[in-house]
Amino acid sequence: MRTFKIGGVHPHDNKQFSAHQPITECPLPKQAIIPLVQHIGAPAQAVVEVGAKVKVGELLAKAGGFVSANICSPVSGTVTKIGDWTDAWGAAGQAVFIDVQGDEWLPEIDRTPDIVRSCTMEPKAIIDKIAAAGIVGLGGACFPTHVKLMPPPGKKAEVLIVNGVECEPYLTCDHQLMLEHGEEIIVGIELLKRALGVDRAIIGIENNKKDAIAHMTKLAQSKLGIDVVPLKLKYPQGGEKQLIDACIGRQVPSGALPIEVGAVVDNVATIYAVYEAVQKNKPLISRVMTVTGKKVLKPGNYSVRFGTPIEEVIQLAGGVPSDTGKIIGGGPMMGRAMDHIEDMPANKRLSGLLFLPEAESIRPEQDNCIRCGKCVQACPMGLEPFLLQRLSELEMWEECEKHDVMDCIDCGCCVFTCPAHRRLLDGIRPAKAKVGAILRERAAAAAAEKK
Amino acid sequence: MKTFITTPAPHAHSGDSVRRNMLLVILALLPAYIVSVIEFGWGAIITAAISVAACVLTEWCISRFLLKEQKQTIGDLSAVLTGLLLAFNLPSGIDWWIVLIGAVVAIGVGKMSFGGLGQNPFNPALVGRVFLLISFPVQMTTWPLAKGFETSYLDAETGATPLYFLKHIVKTGDGSTMDMLPSLWDSFMGVMGGSLGEISAIALIIGGLFLICTRVITWHIPVSILATVALFAACTGWVGALPAEMSTCQYIGYSLLSGGLMLGAFFMATDYVTSPMSACGKILFGIGIGFIMMVIRTWGAYPEGMSFAILIMNACVPLLNKFRPQRFGEKKK
Repeated sequence: MRTFKIGGVHPHDNKQFSAHQPITECPLPKQAIIPLVQHIGAPAQAVVEVGAKVKVGELLAKAGGFVSANICSPVSGTVTKIGDWTDAWGAAGQAVFIDVQGDEWLPEIDRTPDIVRSCTMEPKAIIDKIAAAGIVGLGGACFPTHVKLMPPPGKKAEVLIVNGVECEPYLTCDHQLMLEHGEEIIVGIELLKRALGVDRAIIGIENNKKDAIAHMTKLAQSKLGIDVVPLKLKYPQGGEKQLIDACIGRQVPSGALPIEVGAVVDNVATIYAVYEAVQKNKPLISRVMTVTGKKVLKPGNYSVRFGTPIEEVIQLAGGVPSDTGKIIGGGPMMGRAMDHIEDMPANKRLSGLLFLPEAESIRPEQDNCIRCGKCVQACPMGLEPFLLQRLSELEMWEECEKHDVMDCIDCGCCVFTCPAHRRLLDGIRPAKAKVGAILRERAAAAAAEKK
Repeated sequence: MKTFITTPAPHAHSGDSVRRNMLLVILALLPAYIVSVIEFGWGAIITAAISVAACVLTEWCISRFLLKEQKQTIGDLSAVLTGLLLAFNLPSGIDWWIVLIGAVVAIGVGKMSFGGLGQNPFNPALVGRVFLLISFPVQMTTWPLAKGFETSYLDAETGATPLYFLKHIVKTGDGSTMDMLPSLWDSFMGVMGGSLGEISAIALIIGGLFLICTRVITWHIPVSILATVALFAACTGWVGALPAEMSTCQYIGYSLLSGGLMLGAFFMATDYVTSPMSACGKILFGIGIGFIMMVIRTWGAYPEGMSFAILIMNACVPLLNKFRPQRFGEKKK
């Protein structure tokens, strides 16, 4: 069975709590908070004014640049405020506040469960529809999907790689989506193949989801040029570069994008959103979230409209377990711990909520580095985490750059594996920020010189 | 508003710890230790007990009274392991005060003077052993014959190790002492003289494989050492440096099975702190050890060169760490 070649770790997948829980609709909130930053890139710019009446699917904010995404209204009601708002991780930004009234949708949105299979649209029209619907990568990075579908001049996509790996422990939303909406995902794949002009698509699914592999294989059988590839269980297989390596054996060079090796990667949830946008005219206004944890009463997969306060989703899952020490937005390897749950809405970036008991929430004290090299063995990018952390401590930024700190994908394998519980990433992250700034400065200086 | 703990990702850990790794290495040493108790009786028990106790006590005293640390580190079991490895490298009947000096040097000079676990450039147990070898050459090369619990602790019958005869045969080309060597089978099982823990190749190999299977160590260092030694021995045979009584295969066998090679290859050279980080560095490190050891065994003044070979290569580790691991997306050169 295939997998990526360098490094990786084997965390306990803990998916048993919410696996196979049918996707449940979360009720509409009374008030929705819709942040204007729900993607990588420039914030979206609000196009509605306070007092405006909006319907579900109406454009609330348009993309604020090339790398940015539209935001459509997930609810119907009255805009009460457009203003400052701080998320549960402490990042400040703007948000649109809507008082929810009824559930009135734009008339062109097809709300029937019928699957629309045929599509005769031109590639450009498909991409435009994806851009209008505000679709971003729902696997975690939230990179605007339409941008990925427009390769820079001179580059040609050869293969679409579909990410059904869901390598983060605990999370099961993609798994359940494949089981319940596999057919729609296959149609979505056909749409993206058309948009990209490629005749081959590969669906990578890790081997801990055998039913999803069987289901998708059966659905893909009748389709030409769609293959399902079962992958050996290993974290971080869902990382874009790792997945390409696992599926087609090509390694994206340092600093380059997947298109360099002819690949475009999209997550199954993103592809489902593409299907809904193109075939049903439904913009990206909701997503499936996994709410889970060892002590959660009703762990499950919930379909949540963006803007719904997460407190309401948590209520649906049985409330915050009493011994909770940490609430993580996302999975345990790359998810971010939230300071509080009030005033935090579901949004494009939030793939799940994980409740960790107090005992698992506190990081053990660090011991001396014993130079065992396990971080080097675990790093999927072939870096030397122990060295980067030390160089960062000494503020030797140029050395950090020489040792390829910018290749770090933040996966956390080094910290996960370290027997001395060293917080390697705490040092490597600032080094990445610092070296990134130095690189940008250098590029700006070079550009100025050219002029 | 209730607030929760916020620490940076990842929020999961493998459960591995320094203590677990040390414990597994200690477990892996047990088969060899059992053979040694069977062969040397009380000598093996007393020497190991003194060595371990002295190492732990030295570390605690230095950390508590000299460095005045709040947190004591003896709980990580690394001092226990150093003590055990030191004992494995001593003749089983050696005087107790020599063991004591060895332990104090190993921990005090070899480890704590550099700042404790993780900071020392040289393998502490070998620092202790080499210090003793140079200071007490007679006691350190007087090996009791293996007679189980009939061996009395201090005034046991003694004899030279197979390595002494092996060196004599290769150096002088005099094959008449061939019958002084144990059979290859005895060397493999450990029915021969030698330091406390080095005699049974099979027990050490079992322990080493256990460490590789539990991912405490990787195969790179032991395999590259053993392969280099075998190749060197084969070359010695091919250039015709062996007497007629010994075949090349026999010499390869004796080179691999005698002395501290197996103990060194699986347990001493693989010490985390004093070995390189990347796979490439580890292989070069192993080749260096195998080569230097065979040079000392063949031409040096000492019959055994494993300790020196490892210590010399320990000194090269910062240099070997310049060999980076294969980066993702990097073209193979």
